[in-house]
Amino acid sequence: MYTQAMDTAPREERSALEDAALQQRFDARIDAGEFIEAKDWMPEHYRKTLVRQISQHAHSEIVGMLPEGHWITRAPTLKRKAILLAKVQDEGGHGLYLYAAAETLGTSRDQLLDALHTGKAKYSSIFNYPTLSWADVGVIGWLVDGAAIMNQVPLCRCSYAPYARAMVRICREESFHQRQGFDALHVMMTRGTEAQRAMVQDAVDRWWWPSLMMFGPPDAASTHSEQSMRWGIKRISNDDLRQKFVDATAEQARVLGVTLPDPDLKWNEQRGHHDFGAIDWAEFWRVVGGDGPCNRERLATRVAAWDDGAWVREAALAHERKRATKEMAA
Amino acid sequence: MSGNPDAAAAGGEWPLWEVFVRSKAGLDHKHCGSLHAPDAKAAVQLAREVYTRRQEGTSIWVVRSDQIVASDPGDKDMYFDPMADKVYRHPTFYELPDAVNHM
Repeated sequence: MYTQAMDTAPREERSALEDAALQQRFDARIDAGEFIEAKDWMPEHYRKTLVRQISQHAHSEIVGMLPEGHWITRAPTLKRKAILLAKVQDEGGHGLYLYAAAETLGTSRDQLLDALHTGKAKYSSIFNYPTLSWADVGVIGWLVDGAAIMNQVPLCRCSYAPYARAMVRICREESFHQRQGFDALHVMMTRGTEAQRAMVQDAVDRWWWPSLMMFGPPDAASTHSEQSMRWGIKRISNDDLRQKFVDATAEQARVLGVTLPDPDLKWNEQRGHHDFGAIDWAEFWRVVGGDGPCNRERLATRVAAWDDGAWVREAALAHERKRATKEMAA
Repeated sequence: MSGNPDAAAAGGEWPLWEVFVRSKAGLDHKHCGSLHAPDAKAAVQLAREVYTRRQEGTSIWVVRSDQIVASDPGDKDMYFDPMADKVYRHPTFYELPDAVNHM
């Protein structure tokens, strides 16, 4: 159950001995591959890690609506517009599933949104890049959603059950996002003009490296990875997922007829994987730190949407209060 | 649907609702998630947008999360384990002659 409202029982004082026993039991359940539910005992650090990760994920879905939403009014055909509307609506839905999952851990929606709006919480740095042409929408579907799926499928087996359940739903819907993107690009590459093909290649050139950064820092520099693996919150390492993505995408690029902008990208028979060039981690940290091309614009748009909608939220509550008061008087 | 003006007045946040969806006629409603909504009518409408964008349902129930009474996970063993030793409640407990064993 997703409710946090029931979690109101007063916390009993426990001795260190009891805490150790609870910790031991928790570890044993994790080791046995059991799921942890909202009201089960869990270490405070596990709870905090999940709130951070799930809320970051939710924020990414919500902020992720902006770069693509930019193109809804400019989509080239009614079909593409309907598809894009459905996709952006999905992203909003995914954000809501994830906020609900985070709230089961004892935080409130307002607290989560406040952390986003004040810049305390992060969201995926990929959404701080601009969408300059229609091809960017297709490339976001193919590469950005493709990378997201790679990241998200293992989370369906996450030890925290409300998060795992949300991810099952999200992954089921996400596949459409990747396929519609590839399809939009494929149409331009096979039936489009020279200018359209150049537009697709330009979009691929700009999104390829940021997409690889979506898997997070290299394993050696990933601060939370080891503990998250131990807890079954994370199942596959950043570098392994990145490699998997490169291998899958290299083949898709050939089918599409675009060149991935990496001279070092080539099949390594010995490893059974593609080798690829060095990622500019300085750029990654710069964008994560708030200094990407669109960080300020994205956050400002998001905060404005929240502030401008305040009167609607308040009016809806006032209306319900009035109705309930009238009903009680009757 | 009974309102709760006190809870609604308590803060600026819309209350939390649990959502149950019947995926098709003949099946039962199943819990599928939760959402915030100002009132019952809005909760049903938002549930449609959030949880049934791909024909996942033919009927929706919503209920205020603070109205749900649940068993305590701490009592799980006491509540549910005694059933483990009542194997005679299951048809497989009974070994019958082969000729009639598929009854």
